[in-house]
Amino acid sequence: MLVIGERINGMFKNVRNAIAEHDKSVIVDLAKRQLEAGAHVLDINVGPASDDPVGAMLWLVDTVQEAVDAPLSIDSAKMEVFEPALARCKQPPFINSTTGAQEQLNFFLPLAMKYNASLIALTIDEQGVPSTTEGRTEIAMRILVAAMEHGLPTDRLYIDPITLPVKAVQDQCAKQLEALRQFRQLADPPPHTVIGLSNVSQRAQEKRLIDRTFLVMCIANGLDSAILDPLDKDLMDAMITAELLLNKQLYCDSYLEAYHR
Amino acid sequence: MALPAYQESWKGSINVLTLGTEGNGRRTVTIGGHTTLPFLHFEGQTNPPAIALEVWDMAPKDWAAPLVAAWGDVFNDPVAWAKRGVEELGVDMICLRLVSASPDLADASPAACCKVAEAVADAVPVPLFIWGCDDNAKDNDVLAAVSRALKGRNFLFGMAEENNYKTLTVSCLADNHAIVALSPLDINIQKQVNILISDMGFPVERIVAYPTTGGLGYGFEYAYSIMERGRLAALSGDKMMATPVMAIIGAETWKAKEANADETVAPQWGALAERGIMWEAITATAFLQAGVDILVMRHPEAITTVKTTIADLMS
Repeated sequence: MLVIGERINGMFKNVRNAIAEHDKSVIVDLAKRQLEAGAHVLDINVGPASDDPVGAMLWLVDTVQEAVDAPLSIDSAKMEVFEPALARCKQPPFINSTTGAQEQLNFFLPLAMKYNASLIALTIDEQGVPSTTEGRTEIAMRILVAAMEHGLPTDRLYIDPITLPVKAVQDQCAKQLEALRQFRQLADPPPHTVIGLSNVSQRAQEKRLIDRTFLVMCIANGLDSAILDPLDKDLMDAMITAELLLNKQLYCDSYLEAYHR
Repeated sequence: MALPAYQESWKGSINVLTLGTEGNGRRTVTIGGHTTLPFLHFEGQTNPPAIALEVWDMAPKDWAAPLVAAWGDVFNDPVAWAKRGVEELGVDMICLRLVSASPDLADASPAACCKVAEAVADAVPVPLFIWGCDDNAKDNDVLAAVSRALKGRNFLFGMAEENNYKTLTVSCLADNHAIVALSPLDINIQKQVNILISDMGFPVERIVAYPTTGGLGYGFEYAYSIMERGRLAALSGDKMMATPVMAIIGAETWKAKEANADETVAPQWGALAERGIMWEAITATAFLQAGVDILVMRHPEAITTVKTTIADLMS
């Protein structure tokens, strides 16, 4: 499974302070530790409270790229942040994210083509978040068609069925699982699937337990990438074990260690 | 309308391993390095296996008649045996099996084994695979000594197994040899042994896996399927399975009834001379398709037949 490390996010106090004080060491440390723990891609987000999102994003991108050699996922709610950040990425980046709304697709798909980027696409549209499985699949289909029209290969498309907090809308988890299964049948080869895992345990107790249980359930339903905290060893071990049980890795007694080699 | 060219693109590849040293007329052997399934040249790189002639350091008893006919005159002379293999058959390696060290046979000392090993190593220009006597305690003494005596020659030593790998790993690391990691027809244990050895700081790239060989009619299919599964795992990105693999053909096939029973015992089976050779040759040939990188063989005609087949498949 493709692991997108989520820790370089201005929502976290240490990152927010590091950005404000231009303290590279905190960012570099998070980048290195996430990669060592098994992340393949590093998500970069300046956080909601930045007063110079473009500047802060470029500083984060430069700081990380000086220290490590991994692909970056540019994560922002502000459209103007993307182009300058994508242009700065040394390896083919990820765009996190577009919705299924036509205006957004028209903006982000050409960017993905221009910068040889992968595109994370949420199954939200102009009407908002769907409450049914079919609603999600319908938007996923529209995203897929738009991607094809722009020439984006399905191998660079990551569709997110929207993870909602179990504390707020508990019935949505099952629908999300079913949506994951349906997305894999939309095309051959199928688009990738992705979730922002931490959303499921937002404001709940037993966050880590909920996160890792939900991740395993999603993997069993065809999830092939996730934005998560790779520094949570129990989470990574659960992920590795779920993939083992799906015959994705050859078993050996030291299979947890073997995964990291 | 032209059919679209379909080529598989694999995430992983097999490690490249070079054995032996150059200079003084010596030559090296390079195995592994595949980027696709065996012999699919249109799709990637695929390299021929090496053939190692199995030579004993003491005269074998009760070998099948065709083997005695081929090698009987050099049974007591491992140097001559090895030289004939290289000069007349063109084998890529010599597998020197230190059978005499076995406590059940001659219980030869480490010093005696060193003497034979050095003599054979100096007599032929090809790298050696030194195979112990399969008694763990004895091998830990003998192989450590022989490894030290042949330090720097970059040979291959075996066997390291799940319950007895540390001593040999330490020796091979110190004396710059490659190592054979044995597993008992269990792919999960093979992966585990590879990890255990590399956890000691021994580079995975210098491990050859020996997943155990079953001869034709005596476990061949199971052994083949394990070798193939291991190869597929490696090509799919599993670094702990990306080792070259060995098959011990001669020792396994010449055990069979079909390679020993002569025409008086089994007249419907045809002439023993041909039959035994075919048993070995067919088993070896079949393993080519699973991706075998070192074939340890016995009979000259089986070796020659397999060499021809390999040359055809590589052309």
